[in-house]
Amino acid sequence: MKSSLFGLAALAAIAALPLTAAAQKSTAEGIAEYRAMLADGNPAELYEAKGEGLWKEARGPKKASLEQCDLGKGPGVVKGAFVELPRFFADTQRVQDLESRLLTCMEQLQGFNAGEIAKTRFGAGEQKTIESLVAYISGESRELAFNVPQSHAKEKLMYEVGKKMFYLRGGPYDFSCASCHGEDNKRVRLQDLPNLTRQPGAGVGFGSWPAYRVSSGDLWSMQRRLNDCYRQQRFPFPGYASDATIALGVYMGVNAKGGASIAPALKR
Amino acid sequence: MSEPMRIRAQAQGDKTTVRVLVSHEMESGQRKDAAGKTVPAWFIQSISATWNGKTVMSAQWGTAVSKNPFMQFAFKGGKAGDKIAVSWVDNHGDKRTDEAVIA
Repeated sequence: MKSSLFGLAALAAIAALPLTAAAQKSTAEGIAEYRAMLADGNPAELYEAKGEGLWKEARGPKKASLEQCDLGKGPGVVKGAFVELPRFFADTQRVQDLESRLLTCMEQLQGFNAGEIAKTRFGAGEQKTIESLVAYISGESRELAFNVPQSHAKEKLMYEVGKKMFYLRGGPYDFSCASCHGEDNKRVRLQDLPNLTRQPGAGVGFGSWPAYRVSSGDLWSMQRRLNDCYRQQRFPFPGYASDATIALGVYMGVNAKGGASIAPALKR
Repeated sequence: MSEPMRIRAQAQGDKTTVRVLVSHEMESGQRKDAAGKTVPAWFIQSISATWNGKTVMSAQWGTAVSKNPFMQFAFKGGKAGDKIAVSWVDNHGDKRTDEAVIA
């Protein structure tokens, strides 16, 4: 009796399957539609406009603008800089991502204390300034293809370190970045998880941050995104603009080669 | 104190579509901060748009409208070069008006 009931339920389930599949959109399609509806009024645009103003405004103890800041394409060149970061900078002798480079510029040109800003929590004080700046700078590279350089020895080293970081398992849940982002067609709850180890996943994942998060009403930089990834993995928080986070940026950025940047994007 | 809106207006045939991205906290008054204290409500109460000085849209908003809201509306008339102005007033009494030209 019990088994026949089971069989009936299974039959009903099979019969219902094609019907629901035809009538309903897939979850991914639903989310894509939601994003398209919101994309027209992406509040990241407000941050972009604000960031452009902050870039040109004389600020900080030295009352200077950031217009002489070298993001890798020469002092003051913003267009196309974002898709070639992180990269090696001769003046600091470091591989730097967008945010660590901004800290350097804010310290050298404007006289801010970079260490202090790195310790400030996200969304407060000068971290708020950086939110807008990254929105502006990434927006100036919209639709351009990622081409993170690998010519300097330190850039190659950072790629290898980033790869190690990506596969490093640890924490109470024994998680690594690769647990969620190392295979195609994975998702967490309803969100698709891009495979960050190769294209097209790396371009989709790396290329959509910074982004405006509708759920928190904030613009999230790549550093904040990584910080939250580590929170979800129950790892200790990585240092802001630390070499560990930059190495991950290099790893993802190089994997994203050829993918188009849509940053600053819109996230649920 | 407040930050500029982004206004885009496009005329097509006898109709103009206006899209506005408003920069505002739109605090609902329902949230509590880290210390457990209620974050006071702070939101836009009324918003209106004028076309060459004539009101073409007005609305009353409340706490249910999201932070940094996006608003779109259309009105009959309007041609390229005409002026659109959008103004809001929030419950602090703060006001802001921004202008754009119809494309």
